[in-house]
Amino acid sequence: MSTLLWVVYPYVCLAVFVLGHVWRYRYDQFGWTTRSSQLYERRLLRWASPMFHVGILAVFLGHVMGLGVPESWTRAVGMSEEVYHALAISIGTIAGVCTVLGMILLIYRRRTVGPVFSATTRMDKAMYLVLAVVIVLGMWNTIAGSILNLGGAYDYREGVSVWFRGIFRFDLHPELMVDAPLGFQLHGLVAMFLFALWPFTRLVHVFSVPLGYLVRPYVVYRARDQRLGSRAPRRGWERVDARR
Amino acid sequence: MKVMAQMAMVMNLDKCIGCHTCSVTCKQAWTNRTGTEYVWFNNVETRPGQGYPRTYEDQERWQGGWTLNKRGRLQLKAGGRLKNLATIFASPKQPSIDDYYEPWTYDYENLTSAPLQEHTPVARPQSLLSGEPMSIRWSANWDDDLAGGPELAPSDPVLAKISEQIKLEFEQTFMFYLPRICEHCLNPSCAASCPSGAIYKRTEDGIVLVDQDRCRGWRKCITGCPYKKVYFNHRTGKAEKCTFCFPRIEVGLPTVCSETCVGRLRYLGLVLYDADRVLEAASVTDEKELLDAQRRVLLDPNDPAVVAAAEAEGIPRDWIEAAQRSPVWKLISTYRVALPLHPEYRTMPMVWYIPPLSPVVDAVAKTGEDGEDRRNLFAAIDALRIPVEYLAELFTAGDTAPVTDVLRKLAAMRSYMRDLAMGRDGDASIPESVGMSEHTMREMYRLLAIAKYEERYVIPAAHAEQAHGLEELATECSLDYEGGPGMGGSGPFGEGSGPGFASPIAVENFHVLQARQTSGTVADPATRKAKVNLLNWDGKGAPEGLFPPAAGEEDES
Ligand code: SF4
Ligand code: SF4
Repeated sequence: MSTLLWVVYPYVCLAVFVLGHVWRYRYDQFGWTTRSSQLYERRLLRWASPMFHVGILAVFLGHVMGLGVPESWTRAVGMSEEVYHALAISIGTIAGVCTVLGMILLIYRRRTVGPVFSATTRMDKAMYLVLAVVIVLGMWNTIAGSILNLGGAYDYREGVSVWFRGIFRFDLHPELMVDAPLGFQLHGLVAMFLFALWPFTRLVHVFSVPLGYLVRPYVVYRARDQRLGSRAPRRGWERVDARR
Repeated sequence: MKVMAQMAMVMNLDKCIGCHTCSVTCKQAWTNRTGTEYVWFNNVETRPGQGYPRTYEDQERWQGGWTLNKRGRLQLKAGGRLKNLATIFASPKQPSIDDYYEPWTYDYENLTSAPLQEHTPVARPQSLLSGEPMSIRWSANWDDDLAGGPELAPSDPVLAKISEQIKLEFEQTFMFYLPRICEHCLNPSCAASCPSGAIYKRTEDGIVLVDQDRCRGWRKCITGCPYKKVYFNHRTGKAEKCTFCFPRIEVGLPTVCSETCVGRLRYLGLVLYDADRVLEAASVTDEKELLDAQRRVLLDPNDPAVVAAAEAEGIPRDWIEAAQRSPVWKLISTYRVALPLHPEYRTMPMVWYIPPLSPVVDAVAKTGEDGEDRRNLFAAIDALRIPVEYLAELFTAGDTAPVTDVLRKLAAMRSYMRDLAMGRDGDASIPESVGMSEHTMREMYRLLAIAKYEERYVIPAAHAEQAHGLEELATECSLDYEGGPGMGGSGPFGEGSGPGFASPIAVENFHVLQARQTSGTVADPATRKAKVNLLNWDGKGAPEGLFPPAAGEEDES
């Protein structure tokens, strides 16, 4: 059972995540967008969206730190356990509160503003639900586990993090997760599910962060499409370029 | 010198009767899909007026176009690249749907399905965004023909710029129409604002297009364009804009708006320009010099040096010849009567306008004087400050001299040609007074007034060897692509996703049209497949439930 949950399931989810993106990128360029709803409603979005996005970016970086960097490394640069803990909790809480507040506002907006609600697909709803559960569970782990110390202290850096890094070494130790508090377990499971869902939602826009904009020339010039008309030729009927 | 060719347009505003045929045909061809209900690639504004979207010309508010930064370098008015990226989560200056209008349809079904009652049933307006009943407050043309009535005039950003205190009293009123499409700028700020690099300018003909596959919906272009001619398709989440009807242009046909223009006032042709000088011209310090700078970027297609350079750049011979015959080049540079719209936005717009003389003629005629007499007209041009200053704010960044110049030419043409029409000898002093020869004046008259089809549109077709694959010729069956006609409705990821979807740059195809007209619902957004939009239902085919079933036909369907 624990192998199924903490070895097979994560790998299946991550495989879906990777392959799903490859597939969607090839299959559905046209659907690859943020699907912004700013046109419908602006006042709430102006606060909620940056709050949520900045918050979640910070949360992401926090996870990279917490899950990706082994405890021995931080100790090697002379950062004591207490300092690390204080830093993680303070920054993490601020980022978390931003994210949750932003998310609540965004969901409120989505539900109450008529046009925004009717532009919400079923996939959006599923995604919102899973995303919200992941975030709430994560927030709960921080508050209950690390601040209030409910149910005794748990150092995730010796448990969950080690397990997580095992994913990339193909060396998973399910017992590490089984020993973790329930909150962490659930957070991990739902997060994995979110990864599996990811390529099929609007979340794909994360991978289109347009950093190239900073370096490219302002105006893009492009020759007329080699592909004539607006549709791809039938397979086997592509044009041969006789001039080359 | 790097010579490039640009497809450009000139509109002769005196002839526009404000019939909106161009808008309607354009809409029918390009934007009659769900998600683009409020999108008007072509719109006709009554001036003075607020325009569409409302007050779009107020760049202090909307931050479109370019500006010079402290070091005198050209920079997007909305901010540099970093700022542009930093505001990606909520674009601060993007107009919301209220600045356009909330699209609607009518609940026609109620007309046929209402029970017997004392009062006639009505078709109530229904929002196409939320599906809820709504009250209509504004539309694309709510202030049509109102020309700055007392409630509207103060919100016209152009009027607000004219220095003196304006009271539009009855005897000062004037009105004209301004049809607008995307300007296909030489220095497009929409493209410069696009983080994904999806908006590009075609090297062959300068048409500015949005690559639908690359657009990621960051919607920065909407802020970037000072003319607000990029629209956000709220269903697909992608930006869309006027395409200059490129599938038609490629085969030598005029754009839909030009072809159907009732006043026959649109001219299409090539201009050659020096791409190396665009940036420099867009960066001149004094706004009033932008007009001349922009004129100088255009190259004389009859100059052998230009022809040689153009050939070196690989511009085909027939294109160079077309540039030499181009009515657009003649109106801009030979007769010098066409002016660009808002050169102060520094985007180098390529749709030019011949300002209307009619407000002046009307004013003269109202006084009982002869409205065709050169002296009366000249005097009126000088005396009627408000229309001239208004036109100057539109076309020359506030410099009245070039506008006066054009109006005098038009006035001179009017009185010179009247003599000829009355069988009198032409008075050579008239063309002379505006610095033209009799011959040029007659040529200009021919182009402006007779306006033969083949003189109005000089469009070199794209290359014959490619012609069979081009969109409009369609010698290949248009449904003949991989995956079959997978049209109409939406894929799993929202409107129009998935591989069977021919990108919406294509003219609405048979299947969408059919699906739209035979769908039973009144664009109910809850079912994502809804396509019926009675607002632009063209009368062909009958949406189910629109008419009661004919006797004996009940069982069908
Ligand atoms: S007018 Fe057209 S080309 Fe110019 S900035 Fe706007 S959308 Fe771009
Ligand atoms: S069709 Fe021609 S005359 Fe009619 S509104 Fe459009 S530009 Fe003006």
